[in-house]
Amino acid sequence: MLRFTTGMKQEGSAILGVMAKLTRDDVLHLAQLARISLSDDEIEEFSEELSAILQYVEQLSDVDVSELRPTNQVTGLTNVMREDVVKDYGYAPHDLLHNVPDVQDNQLKVKRMIG
Amino acid sequence: MTEWESIAALAEKVRSGELKAVDLVERSLQAIEAAEEYKAIIAVTADRARERAQAIDADPKGRLAGVPFIAKDNFLVFGAETTAASNILKGFEAPYQSTAIEKLEAEGAICVAKANLDAFAHGSSTENSDFFTTKNPVDPTRVPGGSSGGSAAAAALGLAPFALGTDTGGSIRLPASFTGTVGYKPTYGLVSRSGVVAMASSLDVIGPLTRTVADAALVLDVMAGKDELDSTTIDRAEQGYLVEAADLRGKKIGIIKEYMGEGLQPGVKAQIEQAAQKMQQAGAELVEISLPSLPLALAVYYIICPAEVSSNLSRYDGQRYGYSFPDAHNLDESYMASREHGFGKEAKRRIMTGTYVLSSGYYDAYYKKAQTVRTKLINEFSEAFGNVDFLLGPTAPEVAFKIGENAADPLKMYLTDIMTVAVNLAGVPAISIPCGTSENLPVGLQLIAPQRADRDLLAAAAAAEEVLA
Repeated sequence: MLRFTTGMKQEGSAILGVMAKLTRDDVLHLAQLARISLSDDEIEEFSEELSAILQYVEQLSDVDVSELRPTNQVTGLTNVMREDVVKDYGYAPHDLLHNVPDVQDNQLKVKRMIG
Repeated sequence: MTEWESIAALAEKVRSGELKAVDLVERSLQAIEAAEEYKAIIAVTADRARERAQAIDADPKGRLAGVPFIAKDNFLVFGAETTAASNILKGFEAPYQSTAIEKLEAEGAICVAKANLDAFAHGSSTENSDFFTTKNPVDPTRVPGGSSGGSAAAAALGLAPFALGTDTGGSIRLPASFTGTVGYKPTYGLVSRSGVVAMASSLDVIGPLTRTVADAALVLDVMAGKDELDSTTIDRAEQGYLVEAADLRGKKIGIIKEYMGEGLQPGVKAQIEQAAQKMQQAGAELVEISLPSLPLALAVYYIICPAEVSSNLSRYDGQRYGYSFPDAHNLDESYMASREHGFGKEAKRRIMTGTYVLSSGYYDAYYKKAQTVRTKLINEFSEAFGNVDFLLGPTAPEVAFKIGENAADPLKMYLTDIMTVAVNLAGVPAISIPCGTSENLPVGLQLIAPQRADRDLLAAAAAAEEVLA
């Protein structure tokens, strides 16, 4: 049977002691890792919504996969190689750089990194 | 609604001079203008399309000579911006074209417009588009499905003879089901994704949305095959993908038990059962088959997908292309603010979820665990295909829902994909074809085949299309 309720399991500590609800600090830490600023409202919303999503996926914690290995490539390809030769696709630097917000002498210009 | 002949017939008539590419392009552009209220289209590529049409009329050749098409706006295409329906990519002009577009153009097809989608293909309704929501042509108060909702609506409205979509967890099949069109999701790697905005790279595929299986097969046949620009691509079948309808006699079809139970709308269930019976009358052998891990597929998907999304979206950093916050004082602030203002709610939600499941201490419990349950699921598909030729079930548990109905609850929206995600996790091909209506809304029948059996799947789908007509 497919589970169609969104309220899955209520107890939320099955996976490595993961908390049932993400705190404000958890969300801020994640936002920092993801390099994304969030508004106060978003922090509140995401703490609720991510907790619900994590609770939903927690059903996997009960699945026995001790005999199995993870799948990373689904059609079985490994180490796809090509000749190490330069190929000219005919793009001028300008064509490839015209979407860059700030360019100087064909180089990306960014804000200072410290301070 | 604009009616078109088959793609093969249109191209033949352009090659023979009976039809002009310029007229087909005008017909398509007029159809787009007349159907503006459905908001299927983000931008038209009219100037480039007209130029190409003139060139084709001067020397008409190619298997798709003069045939207009519409690309989902996550394909890099010349002649208009490529936005993926996101604010962060507004203004982005493709410096090169995607391989799929290049292959279609090489056979004479002409891109006339870019279709709406959930921003970055994150969604099941187009309501996550940063620009606007597409309306379902069958009932404009309802969603067309997503994420390729604009492409599906375009195909349903006949804005062009075919449209392109992408399918990461059902984004071609679901909108095909909701709009009464044909949506084809090929074997993983069969169509190059070079030049298509990446969502979740171990799941993403490209495919057509059309009115018939034969049209889908022709478009796939042109696009399929290895590409040095996408190292995940696989060899095309030697015989290609143009197929006659299969003889269903002796074909063994497994009805997926887990997809026919609780949660399936009764009207949808009735149509699927009736379709299966018609295929049986045409000679197919029906068996019920169980893939016990299918109920876990959505949980696996909603770990793997956001993990890969968070990685793929890290490139939108405000420095290389796309929106850049103008008043940042340093680089870190520029990253943080550009992404804050450039990404919509769902992209942020997935970035955050993905960052969580990949973060130190949680990687094994979530991402690795999901990839391992994925193996279990793949094994169950393999076992099933040891017993049957094809699997059959609904594409979605429901018919198209009302605009706004699921918008407030992300998890409820995610559940829309419950019958489509497993196919992406297993990398197998699947198709959604129209299968009657429930409450006057289209129902989609999903047929699934083993990896690389695209040719057999299309032949079986063509046969199903005949018996369901």
